Amino acid sequence: MSEDHATAQDSSPIPAPPETPTGGSRASLGIRMLDAVRYGNTAVLTLLALLVAMAVGAVLIAVADADTRTAAQYFFSAPMDTLGAAARAIGGGYAALFQGAVYNPATASKGTLAGVLGPISETLVNATPLILGGLSVGLAFRAGLFNIGGQGQIIMGAIFAGYVGFAWHLPLVLHLIAGIIAGIVGGALWGGLAGFLKARTGAHEVITTIMLNYIAFNFLAFLLGLKGFQRPPYGQAISNVVDTNAQLPPLLGNGLRVHAGLFVALLAALGVWWLLSRSTLGFQLRAVGANQFAARTAGMSVERSYTVVMLLAGGLSGLAGVSQILGTNSAITQDIDAGIGFDAITVALLGRATPGGTVLAGLLFGALRAGGVQMQSSTGIPIDLVQVIQSLIVLFIAAPALIRSIFHLSAARGGIGQQLAKGWNG
Amino acid sequence: MVQPGEIHALLGENGAGKSTLMNVLYGLYQPDDGEILIDDKPATFRGPGDAMAAGIGMVHQHFMLIPVFTVAENVELGHEQTRRLGFLDHRKARHLVAEVSARYGLDVPPDALVADLPVGVQQRVEIVKALVRNASVLILDEPTAVLTPQETDDLMQVMRALRDGGTSIVFITHKLREVRAVADRITVIRRGTVVGEALPSASSAELASMMVGRPVLLTVDKGIAAPGEPILQVESLRVVDEAGQVVVDDVSFSVRSGEIYAIAGVQGNGQTELTESLIGLTRLTSGRVRIDGDDVTDESIDEILARGVGYVPEDRSHDGLVGGFTIAENLVLDIFDQAPFAKGMNLDLKVIDDNAEHRVQEFDIRTSSIRANASTLSGGNQQKLVLARELSRPLRILVVAQPTRGVDVGSQEFVHRRIIEERDNGAAVVLISSELDEVLGLADRIAVMFRGRVIGEVPAGTSAEKIGLLMAGANVESTRDGPAAATQEDAP
Repeated sequence: MSEDHATAQDSSPIPAPPETPTGGSRASLGIRMLDAVRYGNTAVLTLLALLVAMAVGAVLIAVADADTRTAAQYFFSAPMDTLGAAARAIGGGYAALFQGAVYNPATASKGTLAGVLGPISETLVNATPLILGGLSVGLAFRAGLFNIGGQGQIIMGAIFAGYVGFAWHLPLVLHLIAGIIAGIVGGALWGGLAGFLKARTGAHEVITTIMLNYIAFNFLAFLLGLKGFQRPPYGQAISNVVDTNAQLPPLLGNGLRVHAGLFVALLAALGVWWLLSRSTLGFQLRAVGANQFAARTAGMSVERSYTVVMLLAGGLSGLAGVSQILGTNSAITQDIDAGIGFDAITVALLGRATPGGTVLAGLLFGALRAGGVQMQSSTGIPIDLVQVIQSLIVLFIAAPALIRSIFHLSAARGGIGQQLAKGWNG
Repeated sequence: MVQPGEIHALLGENGAGKSTLMNVLYGLYQPDDGEILIDDKPATFRGPGDAMAAGIGMVHQHFMLIPVFTVAENVELGHEQTRRLGFLDHRKARHLVAEVSARYGLDVPPDALVADLPVGVQQRVEIVKALVRNASVLILDEPTAVLTPQETDDLMQVMRALRDGGTSIVFITHKLREVRAVADRITVIRRGTVVGEALPSASSAELASMMVGRPVLLTVDKGIAAPGEPILQVESLRVVDEAGQVVVDDVSFSVRSGEIYAIAGVQGNGQTELTESLIGLTRLTSGRVRIDGDDVTDESIDEILARGVGYVPEDRSHDGLVGGFTIAENLVLDIFDQAPFAKGMNLDLKVIDDNAEHRVQEFDIRTSSIRANASTLSGGNQQKLVLARELSRPLRILVVAQPTRGVDVGSQEFVHRRIIEERDNGAAVVLISSELDEVLGLADRIAVMFRGRVIGEVPAGTSAEKIGLLMAGANVESTRDGPAAATQEDAP
């Protein structure tokens, strides 16, 4: 057949579209980076979305600041007063955010380990369950499902892990492993249930996972009033304390909260990376997620894929519950999930549903959470502002066209952000 | 440039930029550069509304009609005439439809529900819609893709009547025969630029080489079939869809090794469901499917494919490819979990890439990289990609549906040759096509489907006209003296 083919090769090859920097082009790094900016690749768009969100956040800080508002009343006679006050408020706010999340010169000058690494420790503690939850949402998303059930899965994971932690009494390493496995199982059951319902009956996973959230939440409320689960003397809605043997050990001594759950999260990220990019199962999950019809035509079982991915995603959320109950806290309370189930959606979105991106996004959101506390206590800017900034980030990522038009980037390409923005028909 | 009262054909391969150009003209896309001139005056369209106001009407490939509305209601949609108190003036709309319909011989009943009308008439409703809004330029985007040969002839009559009435028509197509039959002038587009103008007197071969940029073989070169054992047997196959409609009704046939069995028919007469039920995608309501004598009716898709069945679905971007996957990944979509592509639970990326390099070369898939997403490929290259995957396994049966739909002339030749090669290697080939030329060129036996039934099985070499009549249900009373027998014209 080669001789027939000679004619076909005469015509010039189709020129490579410029917006595929991954396409094996041999362009220099500089040119590729320029292209990335011009055509707005996902990393650049994410970064820009972050910047815009911070900028809008800055405006909100200024507006919320009492001094700035007072100065604004005589803006036209002394505009610099207003601008100065706004600059002070914004600078102070973001400085406090930084001090709470990364490095605080005031505490560091004491020279203690806790003083220097305290903020980082807080960031990592907050980031750990966010990364795990984000991996859960991201994995499900790559398989074409919206896992809104992080909250329920975290709660079930925490209940299972917590119960094993305080009701069983095992030797040192063994107890922790048992607790972790129990947490995975609890979350996997809860997630897998939604996947099974989707596979068997076509029930939409958004509906079922949200409903399962309510069930888990109220099941926990019930357990927290149950003897054997509730901590004596039964005055408060709090569970028994898990054995020390079952707790994730602190990484930097008892003075700092960061615990071995961080390693669990990083290992999980590695596992998800392997699953998605190196394994046959992940290939199938991604194929179903990207085009279930073609996947079915190629002989894959779409139903099995849904069930399996929700089991895995639930397991990852369960691990977030483990991190909460065996690491950060040592007893279960009603708000054990601490909003992680929902922030995880944002983390996955910011991380573009890739494991590496999710780790980075989890760290950023962990930092925002840690810094938000500091910001509120030292400048009086409400911690809600952190929530606003987080939401703005999502908003801008979900609307890449908006970011493109703000920064005059050309060539819209379908990215995962666009998919997330429009894809509620899973 | 389009003159008043002419049929101007825009001829080009898929992905040449015809539709993009027309969407710019219709205000759906904004031009990056350049101007649109109407009556020598520059015009800018911010949306279809502006284009309509300027007298440009468009009939899309996929109709923009509401099936549960009547013709008149569809026509007035968006331009409703109201009487006092905001009551709709249906009478006026009906009147208008009847009048326009009569003027151009469109034969569109104003009070019929659109859902009840044949596709050809639905298309004329679209034309009426444009005419009622005083379109002086009518853009028809691949209008014949969904029509029977007879309906196509009818449409050409309508186009001529409109032209004689002073309407300009832009006729977008990649079918040479139609262009030569109806166009007054032809503009050929290749890769986004106009490569030349031609008159309808130009030969098909000339037009084709302008489109593709090189000489093209238009006929299929095929040896005599050497059929062997029956491989695929279908017995009384019946499919009832979710709505309770019988879409495949008592279909039986048998395909032998080394022959191409074509199922001809206009789209939507049950061929899709029939094909899908062959490989297990659609569950049968009753009937049996046997492969090599084994009953596979209740087997999963996976199991059926593993018996050596290759399947090229009619909608390749929907069912054949994962657009967001790379070319390399798409090439192993059905065998990714088998050796040598998988080692245990791990994918062997190196083997997958090597396979891709090999296939891309063998099937001449034009791409910048095997890591490019399948969605970046043109229609023809996507089809080659699907074929490359399906033909990479030893096949007992090859089921190909609409193998050259949306595929450029240059790739059509290649696709056809590979199908024949597969036949000559002893596979039983089932070809589903609504392109009469393709059926005539490839088939060793031809079945015609109409409303879910096989209404005739004829040998290769049956005249195009007879098959065309069968495709229209055989009880169509008239064939206008159009270029019905023109299929032979394409032979050089």
